[in-house]
Amino acid sequence: MRGWLLGRALQAVAVLAIALTLLFFLMRAAPGDPLSRASEVRPLTPIELAALRARYGLDQPLGTQYVSFISGLVKGDLGVSIEYARPVTALLAERLPATLLLGGSVLILNFTVGLWLGVRQAVRRNQREDRWLTAVSLLGYATPSFWLGLVLAWLVGIKLRLLPAAGMEDPLLSIDAGFGVRAGDVLLHLILPALTLSIVSIAATMRYQRTAMLEVLNLPFMMTARAKGLPEREVIWRHGWRNALFPVITLFGLWLPILVTGSVFVEAVFAWPGLGSLAATAVWGRDYPVLMGASLLVAGLVVLGGFLTDVAYALLDPRVRLA
Amino acid sequence: MRPALSVLRQAWRNPAGRVGAILLLIITLSALAGPWFLPDPRAQPDILAGSLPPGLGHPFGTDQLNRDVLARVVAGARVSLSVALLAVGLSVTIGAAVGLVSGYWGGVVDAGLMRLVDGALAIPRLFILLLVLATMERVPLPALIVLIGATGWFATSRLVRAEVLRIREETYVRAAEALGARRRHIILRHLLPNTMGPLLVAATLGVGDVILLEAGLSFLGLGVQPPTPSWGSMVLDSKEVLVSAPWAGIFPGLAIVITVLSANLVGDALRETIDPRSA
Repeated sequence: MRGWLLGRALQAVAVLAIALTLLFFLMRAAPGDPLSRASEVRPLTPIELAALRARYGLDQPLGTQYVSFISGLVKGDLGVSIEYARPVTALLAERLPATLLLGGSVLILNFTVGLWLGVRQAVRRNQREDRWLTAVSLLGYATPSFWLGLVLAWLVGIKLRLLPAAGMEDPLLSIDAGFGVRAGDVLLHLILPALTLSIVSIAATMRYQRTAMLEVLNLPFMMTARAKGLPEREVIWRHGWRNALFPVITLFGLWLPILVTGSVFVEAVFAWPGLGSLAATAVWGRDYPVLMGASLLVAGLVVLGGFLTDVAYALLDPRVRLA
Repeated sequence: MRPALSVLRQAWRNPAGRVGAILLLIITLSALAGPWFLPDPRAQPDILAGSLPPGLGHPFGTDQLNRDVLARVVAGARVSLSVALLAVGLSVTIGAAVGLVSGYWGGVVDAGLMRLVDGALAIPRLFILLLVLATMERVPLPALIVLIGATGWFATSRLVRAEVLRIREETYVRAAEALGARRRHIILRHLLPNTMGPLLVAATLGVGDVILLEAGLSFLGLGVQPPTPSWGSMVLDSKEVLVSAPWAGIFPGLAIVITVLSANLVGDALRETIDPRSA
């Protein structure tokens, strides 16, 4: 196990190194240079631009730039935001909790409701409920998150005035409000973005779980369990579902990029103060260092997610690490 | 490999696939025929008369510049569908080429290409595109198509490579090699035709992905540039009039949902036909 783990970790580091190199060359291959449009949205004198270029080493040869890019990364220095005039690392760290809260709630919804629905579908394969759920989940999968977000914000937030449609907390909340009041307020603000992101992402979870469960349902031990006279609920959930859970773990790794991409749009629509809206505003403000920093962080998260997925898989299923 | 016609015929028997195919056909036809029966969406806008609710003259209403929303949705279909088809064509071609070379050559070439793909897959496609597009002064439509196409082949190349690794060991490929067939012949005559099935499925499902991606980029202001209508930029424009004229944003969004859903239904039907285990 230890040898396997080490090998897998080295592989993850190699993949990350390749991804970072790709990002570096992407930045350099862009027409003009990454700062060429920075003055479009804010007045920058040629002197300021030259200073910025020097700050990012854009006047240096490619090799030198690459070395300073990587050494900066190792030191946790991602440059300074043009828009906020603050270190990108600090901005990312500041925005991370909100994204984790949103992403975590979507994850929980997916891995409770989504898995449960997927198992139900498999058990009732090709019956009316299965078809109906498939149709609804396919509809969600085809829906652009930014549009669904706008429609929900308009319908629930503005027309019906049921839930707050923007931000993470009520700006009118008194300063000395207790923790409980504050937490409740954040939860209220969380509902619409989390719902939007869950609706567009739950189809993948359901489909994956349905397929995995269908394979298990036909295995001999299921018949044994029934023959022993176990109640159907126990057969499905204790014997079937436990074994249909392995393939779903893989889903986690596949699913992270979808979640990150979706959060850019959903956070932008709901003004949720996380990484996604930071990236969106960096796009609008041509704040290249922030956009690059967010991309680096995302690449790191995706590689880490894939690594953790494989580790979890190996821990649960010895065949993987022995293969 | 079954002839393409029989695959299509069998996929047609799938009711969901049939619904998707018919919807796609209707959308394509109306996108092509739109200019003949709809007002020109570029017609001189009238700001004072703007934002008419859906009614007889304008079934989908008009936007804040009094442009007919239906005409713009149909014009947007032309843009979105052409971007999607061309970009997917490009990425499937690159993916197939890389997969074939990587799978058949093996060795250092394979290792190098696949590590590159591993690295590229770690960066979500949206972020790659944002990083490039954010530095561009203007985004001409052909450039957008090439960029979307050039960032969509990573997963396809892996898929094709896996297929090639499987087929390479088949007796008929071995026999061709023993007879002294050239690599070129084996790749084009034996390997490529046998990867067509999975490629077709990947391409069909890719169309839906690209439509969503292009809409998202346009919503962020980095995709199709105004005044060219695109579904994503129409939703972006409607953000300002969300309360007073919600129809200006709801209809283009519905167009995205229906088109992507149809493409995915067709893709699923094809997959079930080609690989019945996945049903």
